[in-house]
Amino acid sequence: MTGYIIRRLGQALIVILGVILFTFVLAQLIPGGEAKAVLGPKATPLTIALFNRRNGLDLPMYDQFWHYIEGIFVHFDLGYSYKYNQGVTQVIMERLPKTLTLVTASVLLALIIAIPLGILQVVRRNKPIDYAVTGASFFFYAMPDFLVGTLLIIYFSFDLKWFPSSPPTTATAWSVFTDPQAFALPIITLCVTSIASFSRYMRSSMMDAMAEDYIRTARAKGASSNRVLYGHALRNALIPILTLLGLSLPAIVSGALIVENVFNYPGMGLLTVQSAFNDDIPVVLGTTLVITIATVIGSLLADILYAVADPRIRLGNG
Amino acid sequence: MTPPDGFDPVFNDVEGQTALPIGTGEFMRVGSIVDETVPEGGEAHGSGSNLRRMGRVFAENKLAVVSVGVVVFFLLFCFVGPHVYPTNQTDAQAALQNSVQNAPPGNGNPLGTDENGFNILGRLMFGGQASLIVGLASALVATIFGTLYGAVSGFFGGWLDSLLMRIVDILLSVPVLFLLIALVTIYHQSEVLLILVIAFVSWLVPARLIRGETLSLRTREYVQAVRVMGGSRGRIINRHIIPNAVGTIVVFATFQVADSILLLAALGFLGLGVPAPNTDWGTMLSNGVQAAGNGYWWQIYPVGICIVLVVIAFNYVGDALRDSLEVRLQQR
Repeated sequence: MTGYIIRRLGQALIVILGVILFTFVLAQLIPGGEAKAVLGPKATPLTIALFNRRNGLDLPMYDQFWHYIEGIFVHFDLGYSYKYNQGVTQVIMERLPKTLTLVTASVLLALIIAIPLGILQVVRRNKPIDYAVTGASFFFYAMPDFLVGTLLIIYFSFDLKWFPSSPPTTATAWSVFTDPQAFALPIITLCVTSIASFSRYMRSSMMDAMAEDYIRTARAKGASSNRVLYGHALRNALIPILTLLGLSLPAIVSGALIVENVFNYPGMGLLTVQSAFNDDIPVVLGTTLVITIATVIGSLLADILYAVADPRIRLGNG
Repeated sequence: MTPPDGFDPVFNDVEGQTALPIGTGEFMRVGSIVDETVPEGGEAHGSGSNLRRMGRVFAENKLAVVSVGVVVFFLLFCFVGPHVYPTNQTDAQAALQNSVQNAPPGNGNPLGTDENGFNILGRLMFGGQASLIVGLASALVATIFGTLYGAVSGFFGGWLDSLLMRIVDILLSVPVLFLLIALVTIYHQSEVLLILVIAFVSWLVPARLIRGETLSLRTREYVQAVRVMGGSRGRIINRHIIPNAVGTIVVFATFQVADSILLLAALGFLGLGVPAPNTDWGTMLSNGVQAAGNGYWWQIYPVGICIVLVVIAFNYVGDALRDSLEVRLQQR
């Protein structure tokens, strides 16, 4: 297993370095250069030259890239936000925990709902409840998340007044636990698509497990049907779900961006969109980089869990 | 698939699923490569009977036929509709003067008006043009680029393949909306740039799919035969590998249209869609949602239904195409 984890760590590191190179290249490709983007259209060649000199933008490209990497890893420096008038890192660090709790809470809720749903469909396969869940998951899978969020606000916030239409502005990352009512709608919105895809996957992975030889063996030696279902099939069907979780993380994080904007929740997604309006390119590139690194680490954790859960990897040499 | 009258070893081979009985189709294929006048690459497109068989499988899928109808309806609605039902959609001044803002349906406005006094039925057509054009065009660009990239990567293999695929891995690990917004921020919005930007985040999956397909195709006997006979690499990719992967490509492109329309709608919803005075469905929805508290339902539901219907329709068409072409796609 150690070999597997080391290899997986190496891959994650390559991806992170690649993303850093990518955001660096993007910053170089700003039409007119970073100076023009910051100083505005009225900048004279002199002020641009001064800006470039002060920020090291007149150095050779490889030097700039080296400073960029050094800044990120040594000083945690992602550049300077001219709208917020502080370092990008400071701006982001206030927001990152909020997005992380939103994503974590909704992933956990999605698993808690989707796994029993998938099992229920296998136990009652080809019965009305199976078709109903299948139909519902296709429907919700096709619904764009911004529409789901909007409709939830209209019904449950404006009409029924059960939940607030956005978490309070004073909410911290921990408010998800202390004030769950305020976060109900955003978390549900973010869950819906994942529940649909996880439960579909759970159903088919459970069906696959039920067709395996060890299920027949367990039945033949007289294990009860519950023991076969939960002791043998479920344990094996859960493993692929971890892979799916790792693979769907980027999509879920994308969904969080939408949800934060629908519900006006000040996480990384709202920050990115607001900075896009402000033309605050350093912040946009910084959030993209940081959220990607967080996503890569999340997928890495899911894969390590997978290695721990799967005895073929845990006990093997690979 | 439906045996036995529709069974055709050549057609099966296209999908990369069934091994050919040696000495039948394989022999014909080598012959066809020598003879320039006959379609190459194992007659990937098949004869008329194949097309007819595919059409039959497709037509058996009622939902898919309905979905094609929905797509055709929306194409007519958006591009022919404005000529049948002309409305002012660009002159904001005239709209403010000549009509009531936020008017409910009725009184010459079948679906009411929006916050600028534009007729919403006409605006659905007008905004739909941008949504459909951007969706179709970016799916096309993404598919073409991804196909070439994947074919080159899979065909050449070795370090080039590793390098090209690591680039795909890296870009795929960036959450797509963040990537999209970063690009939109730097390259300011216009319809053409939106097409390119959405294509830029969408070519990664087809590149992977076609690479996989190429890896399996390039070991086939008929590709080996072309190699032995001295056919160039470009010729093998263009005339043998891509034509034989065409099923995968077409199916992917159909799904991608739905995804691209959805991506543009999300951008529009965030306020980063097609710039004014033009509009798209996502931008319309976003404007409607800002007034959601006032109960202007006609500014939300019609456009929401348009987005969902078109997206579901393209997905069902893709599903049915996959069944009739027997393409196996991952993650769908």
